[in-house]
Amino acid sequence: MPAPIRLRELIRTIRTARTQAEEREMIQKECAAIRSSFREEDNTYRCRNVAKLLYMHMLGYPAHFGQLECLKLIASQKFTDKRIGYLGAMLLLDERQDVHLLMTNCIKNDLNHSTQYVQGLALCTLGCMGSSEMCRDLAGEVEKLLKTSNSYLRKKAALCAVHVIRKVPELMEMFLPATKNLLSEKNHGVLHTSVVLLTEMCERSPDMLAHFRKLVPQLVRILKNLIMSGYSPEHDVSGISDPFLQVRILRLLRILGKSDDDSSEAMNDILAQVATNTETSKNVGNAILYETVLTIMDIKSESGLRVLAINILGRFLLNNDKNIRYVALTSLLKTVQTDHNAVQRHRSTIVDCLKDLDVSIKRRAMELSFALVNGNNIRGMMKELLYFLDSCDPEFKADCASGVFLAAEKYAPSKRWHIDTIMRVLTTAGSYVRDDSVPNLIQLITNSVEMHAYTVQRLYKALLDDISQQPLVQVASWCIGEYGDLLVSGQCEEEEPIQVTEDEVLDVLEGLLVSNLSTPVTRGYALTAIMKLSTRFSSVNRIKKVVSIYGSSIDVELQQRAVEYNALFKKYDHMRPALLERMPIMEKTATNGPTEIVQTNGETEPSAVEPKHPPPVTQPANQANDLLDLLGGNDVVPVIQTTMPTKPASAGGELLDLLGDLSLSGIPPMTAYNKNGLKIDFTFERANPNPNIAVITIHASNSTEAEMTDFVFQAAVPKTFQLQLLSPSSNVVPALNQGTVTQVIRVLNPQKVSLSMLTYTHKGSPVQDLAEVNNFPPQSWQ
Amino acid sequence: MQNSLRQGKLRLQKWYTATAERDKKKMVRELMQIVLARKPKMCSFLEWRDLKIVYKRYASLYFCCAIEEQDNELITLEVIHRFVELLDKYFGSVCELDIIFNFEKAYFILDEFLMGGEIQDTSKKSVLKAIEQADLLQEEDESPRSVLEEMGLA
Repeated sequence: MPAPIRLRELIRTIRTARTQAEEREMIQKECAAIRSSFREEDNTYRCRNVAKLLYMHMLGYPAHFGQLECLKLIASQKFTDKRIGYLGAMLLLDERQDVHLLMTNCIKNDLNHSTQYVQGLALCTLGCMGSSEMCRDLAGEVEKLLKTSNSYLRKKAALCAVHVIRKVPELMEMFLPATKNLLSEKNHGVLHTSVVLLTEMCERSPDMLAHFRKLVPQLVRILKNLIMSGYSPEHDVSGISDPFLQVRILRLLRILGKSDDDSSEAMNDILAQVATNTETSKNVGNAILYETVLTIMDIKSESGLRVLAINILGRFLLNNDKNIRYVALTSLLKTVQTDHNAVQRHRSTIVDCLKDLDVSIKRRAMELSFALVNGNNIRGMMKELLYFLDSCDPEFKADCASGVFLAAEKYAPSKRWHIDTIMRVLTTAGSYVRDDSVPNLIQLITNSVEMHAYTVQRLYKALLDDISQQPLVQVASWCIGEYGDLLVSGQCEEEEPIQVTEDEVLDVLEGLLVSNLSTPVTRGYALTAIMKLSTRFSSVNRIKKVVSIYGSSIDVELQQRAVEYNALFKKYDHMRPALLERMPIMEKTATNGPTEIVQTNGETEPSAVEPKHPPPVTQPANQANDLLDLLGGNDVVPVIQTTMPTKPASAGGELLDLLGDLSLSGIPPMTAYNKNGLKIDFTFERANPNPNIAVITIHASNSTEAEMTDFVFQAAVPKTFQLQLLSPSSNVVPALNQGTVTQVIRVLNPQKVSLSMLTYTHKGSPVQDLAEVNNFPPQSWQ
Repeated sequence: MQNSLRQGKLRLQKWYTATAERDKKKMVRELMQIVLARKPKMCSFLEWRDLKIVYKRYASLYFCCAIEEQDNELITLEVIHRFVELLDKYFGSVCELDIIFNFEKAYFILDEFLMGGEIQDTSKKSVLKAIEQADLLQEEDESPRSVLEEMGLA
């Protein structure tokens, strides 16, 4: 068989494919070749084949048949094999496959390898994708390496420890002793990873946090040295010494200083120093300043320092770099509640950001603007926000409109201003206004008694211009139905009253009924408005006619209303005036946000003001809280992540207890493997004192003429069982059955299937094999 | 990116949390779509699911990082830049083709620079030296005799 093609050649070939189909064909052909090469157990080209497989995997093709091959590469002695093997393991394997457990032994060996780059590969793989089981098994090795004087390994061990702690938090304690002098290291790699490790530990455990507070002076010193030291070429980034380390230290200081007066005081000076001395011309300096601001805001800093922090954010807002403006707005949004006055000082800059081109910046500027609106600045702010509403993207309009309504309600300087603002929103963003705004606005209008004439006039004029925006049309219809008499009598005081006749008004309302632009809901509003005018206008006959026409409308809702109104005319005409009289002031159940409207006159007004379920409104934090408090019972319970359940306790074990102790010597031995002259027998015992554990001793014997060296036996069982592999008696299986290698395995309830991997060197060539052992005697697991 | 600018091709991917293969594919597809739709005037950060995405374009390549709520976006840009510098130093004025044809080397560099999403060493020199030494070990594998000869022992 010709040698498999090289990786680069394959890449070149695949890239010549002109269609997806052509590419797929090439891939399939190569995969077939690789598969047969794998089947031949070819050691020379395994590495090349796996590398090719990884490339094809990146293109999106399945590569699971290469998983075991990665394990074989990892077990190889060649560095090249290991490099690709570990990479493959990281790309193709994760804790979902049982097979990954077979890596554990290899990693264990490689963690103790004589070459630090092999140790590094093992640490990296464990630190990137190690499962909880693997982490449990290998934590001891990692801890050992955390204490080494080799900084190359120490830094990697620290990050590996971080991963172990993330996967198995209970193991955190065991790393504590090794952290003792981590910060005394000169090596920046070790320093950086140590700070990450300390951060992880402090974030997870209040005890650890308390314990590590004593490191604050040391951290402050290290940070000071970084800032004060001269140019250090190895760690310099645009004139700043090791910004990555600076940022991590600042973050750790934040955690240590939070809620602790002494620690906060101890770091006060250095924070001020960093805040004032860091070069701001490039992103890297601003990254440090950003982290500094976050720290200042989170710890118990004195007010001068806080003002300094907010001012830095204010300067960020003026920066040309949009990324900087973005983080400034995000940070200000977080602090606007606690440091409201300080943030207010930057209001105009924030408002300018409404004109930014970037969507995220605009959104944050909008949210922040609403948070800053108060009784003093309402007029100016509203002007800006309404302008923004006019020109912003549709995705913002609903939120902005809601925000305007809320702010107007809270801080309106006058009723006239309030109505005008509402009008402005309805006419400019009328189709984006939320459905629930309609009843809210109607209520608002009803309660502004002295503005009724003005309101109905303005709404009427708006309808003449445009009937496409449904919320506007609905509110207008309702108002006309309610206050039409004021409209035709020209009673408006606020502005020049318009001249309009009853017929003109009815023309407009009837126009809504027939227009294609009107939704069924709008038509309902219009019909009811027409009906109500029967007690306010004199042209009752016209109204009667309209109502009777709609008695046969195909829209069921409209039909029902019309029929009922008809009945009102025909049979209950004496009740009509009372039923359709002016609406009284409506009680509000909440002072802001979407509300339940309570009808106080007891009569049912046909669905026009049916309260709908309010959808969630994005509001600045404090207003949202008020809303929740007022509506009651809407507490948000934080979801607490429970830790992953560890392996289930052996149910079989309990069964064994009940059935009593089974005699152990009664379990017969078995041959687990017999191939190519290598025979492996299993003998069984029960462990003492825990009888649930089967102690299997493997006996490996070699009937060939040459001895088998570097013999390694590995086993993997499904997750639900536990396995412990002790050291073998030797790595050499002597030839011609002259001796056996024994190794003890302790297993909790071995059952039907377990996977074993064998590697050894025979007559100079490495041999690998994988076996399924599934002929366990029943007594071993019953 | 090949073919049209609308379509992206994955050149490198590193996951630090265990995720099912099909979920990875879905997320990558989604992210590619979102990032490729960004206009030049937009900032380098966007929100996606419960994460923050930091991305930066270098010639025809987009480098994207997903970070958590408490992580610093600005320093992440520096992390991305450092990785690109490492590639550049290693390959000598790196271009997309270098990464395509030597993807495994790009991975080796990434794995020497970051572990579990965190920086292992803040010194460029240190990271490159380690890669260099590891490459030498690889060469020794392939031609052990020449190393011995070099050492004057054969």
